[in-house]
Amino acid sequence: MNSALATVSKILTFSCVDGPGNRLVVFLQGCNFNCPGCHNPHTIGQCDHCGDCIAACHAAALSLVDGRISFDPVACDLCDNCLEACPISANPMAQQYSVTEILELARKHLPFLSGITVSGGEATMQLKFVVALFEAIKSDQELANLTCYIDSNGHLGASNWEKLLPVTDGVMLDIKAFHGPAHRELTGKDNDRSLQSARILHAAGKLHELRFLLVPGKTDCDAELDGLVDFVRTLGTETRVRLNAFQHHGVRGDALAWEKMPETGVDMAAERLRAAGINNVHTPAVYV
Amino acid sequence: MQETLRNLHNIVTDKTLSPSQKSHYLALEAENMLPYPALDAETQEALDQRVICDMYEGHAPYKPRYVLPDYSIVLRNGSEYLELPVPVTLDEAINTLMIAYHHVPSVTGMPVYIGQLDDLLLPFCDGVSDDDLYQKIKLFWRYLDRTLPDAFMHANIGPTDNRVARSILRVDAELKQTAPNLTFLYDPKISTDQILAIATNNIVECSKPHIANHPLHADTFDERGYGIVSCYNALPLAGGASTLTRVNLKEVALRSTDEADFFARSLPYYLNLNFRLAEHRIDYLFNESNFFNSFLVEEGWIEQDRFTAMYGIFAMAEAVNTLQKKEGRAGQYGFDEAANELGHKISRVLSEAVDRRPMENVWRDHAMLHAQAGLSDDVEATPGVRIPYGTEPDPVMHIEALAAHHQYYSSGISEILTLDETIKNNPEALLQLCKGAFSCGFREFTANVASNDLVRVTGFMIRLSDVEKFRKQEGSRTNTTVLGAEAADVTGILERKPRVVSHELSPGYSQ
Repeated sequence: MNSALATVSKILTFSCVDGPGNRLVVFLQGCNFNCPGCHNPHTIGQCDHCGDCIAACHAAALSLVDGRISFDPVACDLCDNCLEACPISANPMAQQYSVTEILELARKHLPFLSGITVSGGEATMQLKFVVALFEAIKSDQELANLTCYIDSNGHLGASNWEKLLPVTDGVMLDIKAFHGPAHRELTGKDNDRSLQSARILHAAGKLHELRFLLVPGKTDCDAELDGLVDFVRTLGTETRVRLNAFQHHGVRGDALAWEKMPETGVDMAAERLRAAGINNVHTPAVYV
Repeated sequence: MQETLRNLHNIVTDKTLSPSQKSHYLALEAENMLPYPALDAETQEALDQRVICDMYEGHAPYKPRYVLPDYSIVLRNGSEYLELPVPVTLDEAINTLMIAYHHVPSVTGMPVYIGQLDDLLLPFCDGVSDDDLYQKIKLFWRYLDRTLPDAFMHANIGPTDNRVARSILRVDAELKQTAPNLTFLYDPKISTDQILAIATNNIVECSKPHIANHPLHADTFDERGYGIVSCYNALPLAGGASTLTRVNLKEVALRSTDEADFFARSLPYYLNLNFRLAEHRIDYLFNESNFFNSFLVEEGWIEQDRFTAMYGIFAMAEAVNTLQKKEGRAGQYGFDEAANELGHKISRVLSEAVDRRPMENVWRDHAMLHAQAGLSDDVEATPGVRIPYGTEPDPVMHIEALAAHHQYYSSGISEILTLDETIKNNPEALLQLCKGAFSCGFREFTANVASNDLVRVTGFMIRLSDVEKFRKQEGSRTNTTVLGAEAADVTGILERKPRVVSHELSPGYSQ
């Protein structure tokens, strides 16, 4: 029994957008960035058991037990009203999972899986769990063929990557902006650690994909795109780059007033990268 | 009579049907002026109430529902009746097949099976360059779609990785035609990963081919082989299916007081009547129609004793949900483990019933169970054992919920997995899904990618743009669009929910 625990926002048994092939994706709750444009804002906070969500739940799936929020997944009808009611962008439906429980899920769905991806939130905030999970997968005869990937904002420090990388096959790393002020506006933090992480991962051969979110008027400008080109060149022009487009799905608050990123703009940015010799550029299949 | 004449007049003067489509409907009307094979009162009543159903095959079965000729006979021997010499070149072989197809009857009047094309054509490909092969297949494919425009028409390829199969997959992805439909027979011990990858990439391009679990099917049939035809029916090669009669399980459940009554009384009662319906129709075909007095039999394309009876069922989802309700249980089919297990139990009971009942003039003396993929006028009755449109869980859960049914449906069962377009950036995920499905015991793997113009409706391919055109009364060149338009209107089939496969994390458990 591996008892390391994680706070899990959601688990998907089928995903084709979180690494190569079909992946079991574990979305961990909690993030160290606070991006106004986040597509999954309910994964940012950690529940403080204030109970404000209980009244919003018409299915009576939420209650306070001994001062803590208790969630009944059977009663829940997935209306998501509790997420709207939460004042701190947390998710009262988040549940605790042990490594053993995740391994059981992986075993159950094994014939369908190319691998497992931990995402978030920011997955690396629950570093001990992720290391324990990946170690357990690598040392399990039946599961050892599953690849282990992380979706991260790169805020993790160098010494912690050292703990994680020996059991990690690849990382999808988001860089939100290349210029300090833009990065601070978009995330609330500086980008030096994210850039450092990209270098570390690339040097270790584990940077599966560098992701860049195009937001009209914020990150689709010349300065940002030049910053992206210059940075990718320092890593190597063969680096796999995914351009994502800011859309309104899931977004809350002021960022809903931001323009959506149109397909034409993404294509122009992709062309610009290719013209600069960066050929492994990928763009979204769907705009919503 | 007045009404019949009015009906005929409507067909003749229809604005949207072509002359040959009109002939087909007129012939059906004429057949249906004949008396139905004499049924006993109970069977007649169940048929009238549509608890059991003859698929509207017509009153006087004068041809089997599905015919799967062994085309290797005509390629090896030529045909005396058709005055065809033995083909020597690839052009001659393709030309021989093109002629042969026009002499193969079926329920639609067009061939539902056009052969295991790679096995048939490979012997003629020595010395033919890849480019020539591609060009010839392309013309062949265009010919098939334009002259036999019926999406029930089905070609098979595989399980080997070979030049003909690769050319067909290349052409099929390029032309994106409704016809022919296509199945790749997959065998993990024989097929290469490369050709399975080409096949799954094609699914992303055009929702074809359909992929069949070859080892499972091969074990079900014999040395002579089998073919996948029409809506994913697995049938004996050099034979086929005389008839398909089906039981509406929802109607049976509605006529049961509770689960115990369903298993003890109503299900056995209606299963028996569905056997009788099939027997009456088979008797007519074999003893009265003179169908087998044919050059197809004389020259060995088909054998009279290789025709099975397809024993169809549908509306499993509604049947289970009806019984759950009667038992005061909330769990829904497709989502709740107990509900799913009730479904599996029904399938097992059906399979045992079919194995117990000897039938005359039927291959191996027993019918074969079939999860029937629906008719366009089925209302609130989901095809086969599928999960109702628009309510399906994610593809992995979907497959896991239904996999246990597949062992029972020896003459075919298919689920349609709808995937959203994000899969286009990651076809490896589709490949993995297919392998996972087969390792769970799926007999067939079929997927739609949400934005494709070409999609499966119930089991056959239609173009969404054709449906739109037909609705605007422009008519359609392909026969199945008529059915497709009807299916889309009546059964809400285009509402099939594209599955969210994306990063867009919508929260909540067990979605």
